[in-house]
Amino acid sequence: MELTKDVKLVPDVSQEKLVDLYKQMWTIRFFDEKVDEFFAKGMIHGTTHLAVGQEASAAGACALLNIEDKITSTHRGHGHCIAKGATADKMMAELFGRTTGYCKGKGGSMHIADIDIGNLGANGIVAGGIPLAVGSALTAHMKKQSYVTVCFFGDGATNEGSFHEAVNLASIWKLPVIFVCENNQYGMSGSVKEMVNVEHIAERADAYGIPGEVADGNDIVDMMNKTHDAIERARSGEGPTLIEAKTYRWKGHSKSDAKKYRTREEEQEWKAKDPIKRFKNVLVEAGILTEEKAEEIRKDAKQEIENAVEFAENSPMPTEDDLLTDVYA
Amino acid sequence: MREITYMEAVREAMSQEMRKNEDVFILGEDIGVYGGAFGVTRGMIEEFGPERVRNTPISESGIAGASVGSALTGMRPIVELQFSDFITIAMDQMANQAAKIRYMYGGKGKVPMVLRTPSGSGTGAAAQHSQSLEAWVTHVPGLKVVQPSTGYDAKGLLKAAIDDDNPVIFYEHKTLYKTKSDVPEEPYSIPLGKADVKREGTDVTIVATAVMVQRALDAAAELENEGISAEVIDPRTLVPLDEETIVNSVAKTGRAVVVHEAVKRGGYGSEIASMIAESDAFDFLDAPIKRLGGAPSPVPYNPELEKAHVPQVPVIIQAAKETLIKA
Repeated sequence: MELTKDVKLVPDVSQEKLVDLYKQMWTIRFFDEKVDEFFAKGMIHGTTHLAVGQEASAAGACALLNIEDKITSTHRGHGHCIAKGATADKMMAELFGRTTGYCKGKGGSMHIADIDIGNLGANGIVAGGIPLAVGSALTAHMKKQSYVTVCFFGDGATNEGSFHEAVNLASIWKLPVIFVCENNQYGMSGSVKEMVNVEHIAERADAYGIPGEVADGNDIVDMMNKTHDAIERARSGEGPTLIEAKTYRWKGHSKSDAKKYRTREEEQEWKAKDPIKRFKNVLVEAGILTEEKAEEIRKDAKQEIENAVEFAENSPMPTEDDLLTDVYA
Repeated sequence: MREITYMEAVREAMSQEMRKNEDVFILGEDIGVYGGAFGVTRGMIEEFGPERVRNTPISESGIAGASVGSALTGMRPIVELQFSDFITIAMDQMANQAAKIRYMYGGKGKVPMVLRTPSGSGTGAAAQHSQSLEAWVTHVPGLKVVQPSTGYDAKGLLKAAIDDDNPVIFYEHKTLYKTKSDVPEEPYSIPLGKADVKREGTDVTIVATAVMVQRALDAAAELENEGISAEVIDPRTLVPLDEETIVNSVAKTGRAVVVHEAVKRGGYGSEIASMIAESDAFDFLDAPIKRLGGAPSPVPYNPELEKAHVPQVPVIIQAAKETLIKA
């Protein structure tokens, strides 16, 4: 589908779905901005990792998935969860440590999971979820099920042994998994330019004999196009693909980051490539949205987060009786 | 009854489950035509094929993690590590992922997998292929830990481990693989968390694990010649631990010796001894609890040094006698 003269969308996606995705990107942004605000005010404890500025890679990589398809996520995973169908109220309740949260208040920001809708969980260990995704794909292969698994991880994770072991396994067994590396340019403070001696992380795919694609991680259309091809490959038994989504996290690594390792100018350059604004412009130019409708959607998404906060605040806390439940099945 | 080896009992338990349940499969390094580092899976690829007896690259983290992921999505994998020392490389996946997923997710999801691996010294394989690191995994809530000492126990406990909906670390002992015992052909299950009184006695309780069980029995036989009646208990599973059987025995005998091959310092014997000291059996103790374990060094290569590293029968006899002298 030709959205504009410069923007072509390969998969067949309804206009309604595109509008939903636009709203979803705002939901992701407002969720993380609200969490940022609460942490700054000391209203929630622990730590958190925000993906403001990375909305297109989460929404784009999950846009073509069915409910049976799976994802594994990372410490910076709120966006992935929302993109895979999690609702903001139960996520916010989890961050508030309430029993109505996705993990009954036992997991917090880094462990949100909803297996029933294919979210196999965020992960606090860098690269820890990559072998899990390969295992999920192995199940699909062995049980002859048609689902695919999208495995999210960051640029830093590609320097972990688990990444290399897992990608190799998926390659030799031709498993239906899509590795989505969100290269947001930094680990905690280490620039990808210092920590990786290849221009594109996607090149690492060559070492395992699988396709490696560079995607514009701030362009949801490009993300959908690249994952479309990878999903086709996976479903037809041709094995995994590595997609590198080039993007940028607007916020610090976690709540206590003075961002000394990068410049304010660099941040401004990336903010000018705002993935939400960019998608809105495409949808308006394509005649799918008007500016007025877009503004209405933005407000709806903002209200959804306010409702989520209200739900979380009014939800019960766990009690000590809950401490030792769920350790064993 | 039919007599088979410990190794054959392990293989039979896996094969019987795999015939019954398509979700059960095994993966590991060189487990195909080679039959695994110790030959445990020999013949299995011929029966079940390469999909279900899945030869892997040398990637302990990758294969442990793939097992966790496949268990989470409906399979019941058995992963074989060639030597238990290599759990160091798989540890993130076992300790941070497998053990915690269900709890972190608030009770959603389960990880029904077994990680089988041979531990222990006695083969001259030296420091990186001879360790007994079971205490490490007993420390992590969410994991179960099994350590059979006979072929009979190995078969029944492995079936229970495969049937369990939690991640189970199943320690085989490489010097027990060729030992024979009476093992029924039909499938049977030994519940996890049920100790076995391997020999009844009245004067001293010896709690022994894995290869130390036979040494404790040999010690008990010699003690009997000297008029000392030793009870030998094999916990069989460290997590969950059958505290009741141990406590009842110590309450009866008033004396306890705990012996394992693993390095004594921080070994699971410390846990067993502490558990006894905290229990009602404390009031019945007539002597301090004795702990025996491996020396505080890496496992040496030289056969005499290797032997000296771990408790032998005379040391167990000596320890049992000491508890009686102090009475």
